Amino acid sequence: MNRHKIEELIFKGLMMASTMFVLGSLVLILGTVIWRGLPALNLAMLTQTPKGGYYMGKEGGILNAIVGSLYLAGGATALSLVISLPIALYLQIYAPRTRQSEVARLVLDVLWGIPSIVYGAFGFTLMLWLGIRASLLGGIIALTLLELPIMVRGMDEAIALVPNALKEASLALGATCLETAFKVVVKQTAPALLTAVLLAFGRGIGDAASVLFTAGYTDRLPDSILSPVASLPLAIFFQLGTPFPAVQDRAYASALVLTIIILILSLTSRWLTGRLTTNIVR
Amino acid sequence: MVQPHMQFRQLNIWYSSRQALKNVTAEIPARGITAIIGPSGCGKTTLLKSLNRLLEETDGIRVEGEVLLGGENIYDPSVDVTKIRTRVGLLASKPFPLPMSIFDNVAYGPRIHGQYSGSLSEVVERNLKTAGLWEEVYDRLGTPAARLSTGQQQRLCLARALAVEPEVLLCDEPTSALDPISAQRIEIQLKAIKEKMTIVVVTHLLRQAHRLADHVIFLWLGELVESGPANQVFNSPRDERTRAYLSGDIG
Repeated sequence: MNRHKIEELIFKGLMMASTMFVLGSLVLILGTVIWRGLPALNLAMLTQTPKGGYYMGKEGGILNAIVGSLYLAGGATALSLVISLPIALYLQIYAPRTRQSEVARLVLDVLWGIPSIVYGAFGFTLMLWLGIRASLLGGIIALTLLELPIMVRGMDEAIALVPNALKEASLALGATCLETAFKVVVKQTAPALLTAVLLAFGRGIGDAASVLFTAGYTDRLPDSILSPVASLPLAIFFQLGTPFPAVQDRAYASALVLTIIILILSLTSRWLTGRLTTNIVR
Repeated sequence: MVQPHMQFRQLNIWYSSRQALKNVTAEIPARGITAIIGPSGCGKTTLLKSLNRLLEETDGIRVEGEVLLGGENIYDPSVDVTKIRTRVGLLASKPFPLPMSIFDNVAYGPRIHGQYSGSLSEVVERNLKTAGLWEEVYDRLGTPAARLSTGQQQRLCLARALAVEPEVLLCDEPTSALDPISAQRIEIQLKAIKEKMTIVVVTHLLRQAHRLADHVIFLWLGELVESGPANQVFNSPRDERTRAYLSGDIG
């Protein structure tokens, strides 16, 4: 065998090993969650809030955390979307390749890397200043801060891939930048925009640290935007922290529920993406 | 003497520090086809895109001088650029359908400007017929335009440009991405509409210029060398460079 072939074999082997290592870890995590969580998962877990003695292994479920997480991540994602799309369109269509857009990107990239507990602390300070207690609103604000950089940069990269000729085709017909942005660019990038939204949602629904101070935790369902709200990551955290194995298993069941929510979301987005790509021009 | 439809007056254009066009003064007569010819990189497309101010979408561009449309300088600060682009349409070199159905592609311009004669479906049908595409698509107007072949897409782009009812149609090497049959169909459509509107075609194909042009503008390294009626430029060029280019000695 010559040198080139050996080289090829070694590197191919290394790449395969890396892939297997990552996939293996993932399977291990999922396996543990399913193995320990599935037996603890039952209808009561999904349809009831914690009753007295839930944290000692008695009856009740995590409906409060499921509903809370959906409200928190849903609200934050909706709010992020409303803010992110204009930012991304501005960066790409109105101020492409300018100094200010480069600075904005740099700031967003830094924000992306900030630990979520910092967003939690920042959100908490903001809430003290505004006079809001730990609540759904507080959690949504903190999660929005967390999701924004992810969503803006995702959309920004997606819009950057729109061919100039396509924008020019619209402009050459006498369309304004605004018409071009919303009627052509958004349509052309719809699947990628959706991906950015879901990426942000996934990050938001899975985050514990940013909602710890801001959303609080409660066994009840939220009855207003100003009442405290539970979340799945914190439910997992608290249940794992108890000394009772039965409650710890419920933490795994909660993790399984969170995983299934994200799985359903990914499948929905794949299906939607397929439908949205029919019009796309390459 | 008939008033020219469009005019360049001492037009200078820079891309950052590189000058792409040098002091170009020329006229584009009303109706008929004006061909801008010259070798690659001589500023043909730059000159064309100065006619609908699409150049401004490029970074670092600087324009000096005037481009007149019916006597009005389109670079005047008071001019609404979208108005200019409805009066001066563009057929790009590579067809780019908008990400929507065939119908919506043709209806895009009329919908935006909100003015058209008759119903929208009449507008779409009329322009698809003019572009020679109607027979192939009339039963599937709702399907995505991206599914058409490249040749069909280019005729769709022609229909889309015509639907805005421009006075001038700019064509930037309109057949360069097409197979010979599709290219021929585009040329046929252009010849068919040249009686009603002013057409400016950029081409690096001399044979195409011979087939289409009524008037010729010859550019060489950013300078206007010669312009005039096609017969005169092709048969008795005044400038030595034009003669050399036409006979294949240079370019």
